[in-house]
Amino acid sequence: MTFADLLAILPQTLLEGLLLGFVYAMVALGYTMVYGVLGLINFAHSEVFMIGAVIGLEVFRFWGNPEAPVISNPLLLLLVALVFAAAGSGTMAVLVERFAYRPLRKRGSKNILVPMITAIGVSFLLQDLTRIYAALRHNEFNMQYRTYDVLNTVFELPLQTSIQFKGIIVIAVSILMLIGLTYLVNRTKLGKAIRAVSQDMQTAALMGINPDTIISRTFLIGGSLGGVAGVLFGLLYTNVTPYSGVLPGLKAFTSAVLGGIGNIPGAMVGGLILGQLETLSGTFLPFLTNGNFGTEYKDVFAFLTLVLLLLFRPQGIFGQNVSEKV
Amino acid sequence: MKQFMFPFTLAFTGLAILGALLAPQNGLTNLALLVSVGLVSLGKIPTAWRSGLLAVLALALTVLLRLNPSDKLAFYGLLAVLVATFLLPNLSTLVRVALGVAVLFIAVPIAGLTNSFLFELGIQIGIFAALALGLNVVVGQAGLLDLGFAAFFAIGAYTWGIFGSPQAAEFINGFPASGLPGNYLFLFMALAIITAAITGVLIGLPALRLRGDYLAIVTLGLGEVVRVLANNLDKPLNITNGPQGITPVNRPDVGLLLDFLRAVGAERLYGRPIDESIAYSFFFYLLVLLVIGVVVLVNIRLANSRFGRAWVAIREDEIAAKAMGIPLLPTKLLAFATGAAFSGIMGAVFAAKQTFVSPESFTLQASINILAFVILGGMGSIGGAVVGAAAVTVLNIGILKDFSDLLNTWRQTGVTILGYNMANLPPQLNPAKYERLVFGLILILMMIFRPEGLIPEQRHRAEMQEARQEAQEGGAK
Repeated sequence: MTFADLLAILPQTLLEGLLLGFVYAMVALGYTMVYGVLGLINFAHSEVFMIGAVIGLEVFRFWGNPEAPVISNPLLLLLVALVFAAAGSGTMAVLVERFAYRPLRKRGSKNILVPMITAIGVSFLLQDLTRIYAALRHNEFNMQYRTYDVLNTVFELPLQTSIQFKGIIVIAVSILMLIGLTYLVNRTKLGKAIRAVSQDMQTAALMGINPDTIISRTFLIGGSLGGVAGVLFGLLYTNVTPYSGVLPGLKAFTSAVLGGIGNIPGAMVGGLILGQLETLSGTFLPFLTNGNFGTEYKDVFAFLTLVLLLLFRPQGIFGQNVSEKV
Repeated sequence: MKQFMFPFTLAFTGLAILGALLAPQNGLTNLALLVSVGLVSLGKIPTAWRSGLLAVLALALTVLLRLNPSDKLAFYGLLAVLVATFLLPNLSTLVRVALGVAVLFIAVPIAGLTNSFLFELGIQIGIFAALALGLNVVVGQAGLLDLGFAAFFAIGAYTWGIFGSPQAAEFINGFPASGLPGNYLFLFMALAIITAAITGVLIGLPALRLRGDYLAIVTLGLGEVVRVLANNLDKPLNITNGPQGITPVNRPDVGLLLDFLRAVGAERLYGRPIDESIAYSFFFYLLVLLVIGVVVLVNIRLANSRFGRAWVAIREDEIAAKAMGIPLLPTKLLAFATGAAFSGIMGAVFAAKQTFVSPESFTLQASINILAFVILGGMGSIGGAVVGAAAVTVLNIGILKDFSDLLNTWRQTGVTILGYNMANLPPQLNPAKYERLVFGLILILMMIFRPEGLIPEQRHRAEMQEARQEAQEGGAK
C-alpha cells in the first residue's frame, strides 16, 4: 500500500470512525446521565444496551417474518423496534435501579465500591439471563439481525466515500438524541429537577423534589437511549450475543470519561474522538508498521490516549475541576 | 433458649458423627456433619469445648474422606473447619496451628492422593487467594480501585511461561530449544516478583495521579493493554505466541517427592500406584500452600507496619494523610508494587501448573472476579480475602458443577419433582454454564444485606454500621 492509497481511503475511514463514534456516543449518554446524578459507574448499562439490541432483534423476527410479515415496511418495522427497545431497556434500567441500587442508597454507605460491585453483579446476572433466554428460545448464542435491502442501500458520496442508509439513520438518530437530551436537561421541569438532585440530593428533597422519582426517571431516560442505541448497533453490525454489550459499553464509558463524565455534550464528543481514534489506528497502524502491528492494537491506542489525556486533564475534556472539600 | 444451645450442639454433633461413621456413604449424615460444624462455630459454646469439638469433627471428616475420597461434602466440611479454626476468636494459637496443620497436611493429602480433584480445588483456591491477597493490599488497605489487576498475574505467568518453554528460543539465539529446565521455576518465581512489581510501578506512575473512578477506568484500560499485548506480540518478534498461547511450560522435577511417597509406602496405603501426575498435583498443592503462607505472613507484617498504617490513612482521608506528611505517590506506588508482586509470584506457579499460558486467563473478567473475592470476603481483611476466594471457587468448580450433574441424572432417570417430570427439562439449562448468574446474584445480595463482606475488617465494620445507623435515624426523622 502506498501513501496515495492511504490518502484515498482516508475519507472513508473518517466516515466509518464517525459512525462508530456515534454508536459509542449514544451509549455514553446513559453512563454520563447516571454518573451525573448518582456519581455511580453503572456497569449494568452495557447490558441494558445489549438487551435493547435483543428486543429489537425479536421485533424484527416477530413482525418482520419474511413468510408472513405483519409489518412489511422495513422503516416502519425499525421504528417499532426502536420504540419497543426503548421501552424495554428503559423499564429494565428502572427495575435495576429499584431493586439493586435503591436499597444501597437507603443504607447510606459512603463506600463507592459497594454500588459498583452491585453494578457488576447486575451486569453478570443480565448477561446470563439473556443467555438462558437465547438458549431456550432460539437454541443459539449468536443472534443474527435480519437484513433489508432498503436499509443496506449504499449512497455514493464525494471523495470516493459511500454510506449505507442505516448509517445515515444512526447519525440522524444520535444527533436527535443529543439535541433532545440537551433540551430535556436544560429547558424542562424534569431537567431542572435532575440537575437539582445531581447538585445536592438533600437540599433538592427539601425543595419538594422526590429524589427517588427523579433518579428513577433518569434511569428510564438513560436506559431507553441505551435501548435505541442497541437496536442501531445490531442493525449496523448484524450479530448480537449476550456479551455484545461489554466491549461497546467499555468504550462508551471510556468516551464518557474522555469527554468529562457527567457532561452530556462531553459524552458525545468523547465518543466521536474515540471512534476516530479507533478506526484511524485500526486502518493505519498495520500500514505504518509494515503489518507488524495489526488492527488489534486499536484498543491499546484508544486506552493509551485516554491515559495521556487524563494525565494532563484529569477531569476530561469538558469536565469541570471540582475543588476538594476538606 | 440460649442455655439449651450448648447441650443441643453437643448432642447433635455426637449423633452426626455416630451416624456418619455407621453409614459413611450416606449424603444425609455428611450434611449433618456440615451443619454441626456450623453449630460449633457459630453457637454459644465454651472455648475449650469448641476447640475439642472442632478437632473431633475434623477427625471424623478425615476418616470419611479416607473411606470415600470422592466424598465432596466431607471435603467442604474440612474446609469449613479450617475457616472456623482461623477465624473464630478466642481459640488458642496452639489449637489453631495444630488443627490447621492436621487438615492441610494430613487430611487433604490423604484424600487428594486418591482423588486428585481435591488437590485441584485446593490449588485453585490457593492461586485465587494469593491474587485476592494482592488486590486486598491495593483496594482493601490503600483504597485504590484497580480494575486491571489480572495484568500482574499475566506478567508473572509469562515471565516463567516464556523462559520455561521452547518459546524463548524463538527470539533469543542460542537459547535451549526446550526452554530452561523446570527447576529454574524457583528462580523465576523470584524474578516474577520483580517483574510484576516493576510493572506495578510502571502502571501506577501515570495511573495513581488520578483518583476514584478515573483511577478505575485507567487501570482497566492499562490491564486491557497488557492483555492485548499478550495476545498480539507474536510479531514482529514472536514473544508471547499470540492467542495460541505458550505450551508446554516446563515443570520442576518431582522425582524426590515421588521417591519419598513410595518410601513411606503411599502405594500400599492407597492400593494403587503413585504416578507422576499425582506427584505433580501434590507438589503444586504444597508449593501453593507455601506461597500462600509467605504471602499471608508478609501481608500481616506489612499491615502492621509504618506503610500499612500509611495506606489506611490514605484510604480514610487522602488530604488529611497528605497534611500529616505522608508522601502520597510513593506510598500508593508501594501498595501497587506489593499487590503486583503477590500476584506475579502466583502467576509463575500458575504457568508451571497449567503447563500452558494464554491471554484467555487474564481478561477483564478475571480482574473483576479477583475484585469480587476481596469485596465478598471483606475489604481490607486478610482472612476475608482468603475466605472470599475459597467460597467462590468452591461454588464455581464444586457446588455448581455437582448441581448440574445431579440435574443431569434426574433428567436421564426422569424423576418427578412437584409434579414436574425432570425429563422435560430443556438440556440448555445446565447450571454449570450459569455460574455468572449465580455469582452476580450473590454479589447483589451480599452488597444489599452484608456490604462489609463475610469477614469484615474492624474499621470497615464500624464504618458500615455507623452509616447504617445514620440512615435509619435519617429515615425516622
